[in-house]
This record gives sequence, C-alpha cells and structure tokens, in this order.
Amino acid sequence: MSKENVLRVSDITMQFGGVVAVNDLSLEVNKGEIIGLIGPNGAGKTTAFNVITGVYAPTNGRVELHGETIAENHPHGKMKAMYKGQNDGKYTDVKVLTPDKITKKGIARTFQNIRLFKGMTVLENVLVAMHMNMKAGVFGAALRFNAAEEAKMREEAMELLRMFNLEENKDDLATSLPYGKQRHLEIARALATKPQLLLLDEPAAGMNPQESDELMRMVGKIRDDFNLSILMIEHHMQVIMGICERIYVLDYGALIAEGTPEEIQNNPRVIEAYLGVDD
Amino acid sequence: MTDRISNKKNITLSIIAIIVMLAAIYVLDIVIKPTSSWSNLMTCLEKGTIYALVAVSMNLLNGFTGLFSLGQAGFMLIGAYAYAIFAIAPEDRATVYQYYEGGGLIHFSLPHMLQDMMGGADAFGGTIGYYLGIILLMIFAGLITAVIAFLIGIPVLRLKSDYLAIATLGFAEIIRSFFQWEGLGPVTNGSNVLRKFASYDSSIFPVLVAGICVAFIVLLINSSYGRAFKSIRDDEIAAEAMGVNLFKHKELSFVISSFFAGVGGALLAMFQNNINAAPFTSNMTYEILLIVVIGGIGSITGSIIGAYLFVCCSEWWLRGLDAGEFLGIEADFMSPGFRKVVFAVVIMCIVLFYSRGIMGTNEFSWSGLFNFFKTLPKRIAAVPGKIKAKFSNKKHKKHTENVKEAQ
Repeated sequence: MSKENVLRVSDITMQFGGVVAVNDLSLEVNKGEIIGLIGPNGAGKTTAFNVITGVYAPTNGRVELHGETIAENHPHGKMKAMYKGQNDGKYTDVKVLTPDKITKKGIARTFQNIRLFKGMTVLENVLVAMHMNMKAGVFGAALRFNAAEEAKMREEAMELLRMFNLEENKDDLATSLPYGKQRHLEIARALATKPQLLLLDEPAAGMNPQESDELMRMVGKIRDDFNLSILMIEHHMQVIMGICERIYVLDYGALIAEGTPEEIQNNPRVIEAYLGVDD
Repeated sequence: MTDRISNKKNITLSIIAIIVMLAAIYVLDIVIKPTSSWSNLMTCLEKGTIYALVAVSMNLLNGFTGLFSLGQAGFMLIGAYAYAIFAIAPEDRATVYQYYEGGGLIHFSLPHMLQDMMGGADAFGGTIGYYLGIILLMIFAGLITAVIAFLIGIPVLRLKSDYLAIATLGFAEIIRSFFQWEGLGPVTNGSNVLRKFASYDSSIFPVLVAGICVAFIVLLINSSYGRAFKSIRDDEIAAEAMGVNLFKHKELSFVISSFFAGVGGALLAMFQNNINAAPFTSNMTYEILLIVVIGGIGSITGSIIGAYLFVCCSEWWLRGLDAGEFLGIEADFMSPGFRKVVFAVVIMCIVLFYSRGIMGTNEFSWSGLFNFFKTLPKRIAAVPGKIKAKFSNKKHKKHTENVKEAQ
C-alpha cells in the first residue's frame, strides 16, 4: 500500500562552525502518520525541527513538503572548506524559505521551551496564528471593514480553545496559565495555522504520567479531527511507544535506527545510545 | 447581556466626554487666548496635544512592535518641512527666501491656492478651502515621511534592539544635516528659518487632528495587525513560526509610525509658526522617549498623560523656578536652569514609584477611572508608608540578619 507523502527530508546536514549538529538525516512522513523522533539529549532533534521549519538553513540537503522543495542547500562560500558532513556535491540548488512562508505552506510547530506571546491573552495568542490567512489590508482591518472576517476568526479560535478546555481562560494572560495548559495552548495555536503537518517538540515535557496519558489521547484525536500528520520529539517512552507508527532515532546528529516501536525497543544500537555499553 | 449594556453605557459616556472636551476647548480658546495671563494653558494644550500624537506614534514602534527606534525627531522634521515648504504664500516667498534668488524654487502654496479658488480670504468657502489645503498638505507631509521611512527601513529594520536604535538615531541626524545643507537652500531655505506659512487659528484644530490620528492608531493596535505587532514584540521566533512575516510587519509599523510623526511635525510647525532644522536633534527624540517611558511603554493612555505632564511641567508649572518665584516663594537660588533640577527630581520620583510608567500597560476605561477616584483616599493614606518602605533598608537588614542566622 503506497501512502501519500507529506514531508520528505533528504540527506540534511546542519553544521555550526565545526560542530555537526545533524549529519545526513533522511526521514519521511506520510499522510495521517504519527512519527516519533527520539534520541539522547543533544542528539540534534530540535535542530532537525528548526531546519524543517526554516529557522536554520541546512548546510546540505533538501526538505520537501508535498513534493515541493521548501529548503535546499549545499556547502558553499566559507562553509565549503569546513564542511564535515556527507553527500557533498549531491545538491546544487540554494533555496531557503523563511519560517513564516513554510508555516503558510502547511507546517506548524510547538516549542520545547514554551514560547507563548507573554503580553497577550489566550485568545489573542490563537488569533495571531490566524493573521496570515486574513484577507483584509491594514486600513480595512484598522477601520473595521473586515468585521465579518474578524468575527469568524474569533469563532474559530474559540472552537479551538473549547477543544483544549481553555474556554474560561480566554481573557487571561497566556503566561498566567498553569504549565500543562500552556502546553495545550501552544498546540491550539499551532493548529490555528491550519497545518497539514504538525511538529511537536516535547509536548509531554514536565507532565505527570496521568497528564501525558491524556496528551497521548489528544494527539491521536488531533490527527483524526484535523486530518493531518504529526512528527513529534519526545522523551517519555510510553508516549512515543504508545502512539507512534514509526520512530526515528538520532544520536550525535546521525540517524542510528528507524522502524516500528517494537523494532526500536529491541535494536541494540538504540539501547547502546541510551544506556551506554559495558567495556 | 450585562456586558453589552455596560458597553453601550461606556460608548455614550465617551461621546459625551468628547463633546464636552471639544466645547470646553472652543470656549477656552475664545475666552483665554486673547488674555495673556492664562495663555500658558492654551500653549500647553496645543503643544501637549502635538507631543501626545508623536509619543503615541513612537509607542506604536517601541511599545507595541518592540522596535527600539530613535528616529522620531528626524521624521517630524521631514513632516514639518514638507508642510511648510508648500504652505508659504507666493507673495511672502521673497522675504522668507531672502538669501535666494527669486524667492526660492517653489512658487505656490496649496492652502492659499485653494482659498483663492473657493472664494478668497473673506468668504466662508475660502476658509474651507484654506483648511482643506492645510489638511491635504498635512497628509502629503505624512506620506513623504512614510516613503522616506520605508526606504530607511529596508536596511535598518534588519538590525535588532540597540543596533536599531543607533542606526535610526544616525539617520535622524543625517536628515537634519541634509535639510540644513546650503545646496538645497532654494527649497529648504538652508539653515534659515521658514516662516509665514499657513497655520490654524483655533486650538481645536490640532486637538481634532491629533484625536483622529490617535484613534486610528488605537483601532490599528486592536486589529489583527496590532496583534501581529504585539506578537513580534513578545517573541520574534514564535511570531515567525505562526506565519507572521517579520520584515513586512516591522516595515508596516515603522512606516505607519513615521506617517504620524510626519503629521505631528507638520502640526508642530503650525504651532510654532516658524520652523528650523536646528532644534530637531536627538534631544527632541529623547524628550518623546521620556514621555513614552514615563507614561508606560505599551500604553496609549500613558503616552497621552505623559505628554501633557511633560509639556505642562517644562512650559508652565515649573517656569517660576527659573524666574525666581515659585508658589509664592522667592529665592535667589531659583535662577535659570533650576527648573531642570526640579524636573529631574519629579521624573525620578515617578520612576521610583511607578517603575513601569504611570499607566504600565493599562489603558483608559471608565470603570478604571471610577475605581481610581473611589480608592484615591485610601491610596493617599498609604503613601507615607510606601515612601518609608522605599527609603528604609529594613528589608536589607532583615536579609543580612537571616544570612547571619543561617551561618
């Protein structure tokens, strides 16, 4: 059975000066899949997210969304002499979209260390994510010619808040929410951009087992309700093993394993990366 | 339901307040302006209004978009000159541009032209034409400023925080020197004063213009674009990840802010009746920055209150300190310059007790105002205790005691 491909990351290398944070990473996300990205601290998971969402331009490699290239680069300029990664010379184009354009194309993300808009209310946080799809210009918006559009935006935002049980908190400052709710608000805000692919960066960080169970159910529900694909970084193994269809394992920037949860659990290289090995 | 009723009540209250204020200004203008003893009030009202507009426009940049820009005086200068150059009556040009052949390069004035076209100086239509000319010219001044801001913004807005401040400050100084350049003399009159240009008669004019401009900025801030601006202020990376085009929105905020700074500059030119590039230094930007900070970064109401406070202190209330007599006290040490000493102390007190500005990030609301007066006696009673707490180092002592105990 062939599935519709959503995200294809090919041979991505991200090098900062002499440090190779991600080395030759290739991964694929198909429609409707929940994919896990795991690895010890400092393995380069978040860097991979930052490359996919356009925060960093990759040093080498290509990222495609629905077959359309959103980032492609090859070592050139100063980097050419310093380059330590692989696949040098395979890619020839230089094209890097900015994060806002990539979001517009359908990739939304949350952040490992929560990045909500501090001075804004819960509702406003979600509304910001809908701004890019607004049709009205500055004058139209300022002089309230787009009242119908604005009302529709608010209604959609409220619907999202209702889904995450944040309805009563809509006028609170985002930072006044308890930690767990802030994580939920980040997901709600990401969903407000109407993505096809959602990147979750440690959504269960700091949650107790009960909360992470709830989160697990919610991630599945989001996938079904919004008809999207999810790529998530997570350290809670029961969460990852519980909901992911396939898992990629990174260590020292390189992909060391790929497969179903059972395959990953029994993979000696993964166990070695996580637990170390006896000398 | 109660929400809607109170909302309606607030709107009615606001409309009544605006009408009463305008009527009061109109009456004051007729009664007070001719008498010299209270003319300070009208001066402060007009200048305060103009400064309020410029401060609000700066707050849009600094407080709501998080761009620390210090170019406001430069943009006011462009607005003031763009207005003044095209508003000097042709017959006065020879005296104004006395050092340049044939009264300079430009030989028309929009307000005077429209006045003649619509019936001359004595007819009612002529007056309308005159004011129409002034308003059109003010919009033109704003647009010119906006275009220049757009061009400056392209390189400058790629910088962040302090670097942006330095770059904008530099551009403002360049603009000032440019307008003083002899080579441009036939247009800008070099470093000489531009005067005899069309101006308003009634104090109600600047209040109305500034009011409309501030209302637009408030509406903008509460719109979707305003939310995008605030998201950039709070977290650039997250804003970009949510699809907000950083450069486009920064440029937008910069251009809009400059437009209103330009309009403010045009109003300032009219208020002073003459204009000269020399006083538009970084000092003027710092004055406006002071107003924004004192009022509260991120509060429109604060900027307006701060503007009137600043102007009243520097132009009126503390003037006696320079003249040797203040509140009935006469003393030798009250010589020119002493006002600034006292003013500095006032500012320090405000910063000490309102560390986030008078309004913080709060805005005016009727319920807030009623609450303010309701709790006023209580808070006044609490002031001595507050001062004591500020100046006693009890906390410090306690802390050192605790440390000793722990040891």
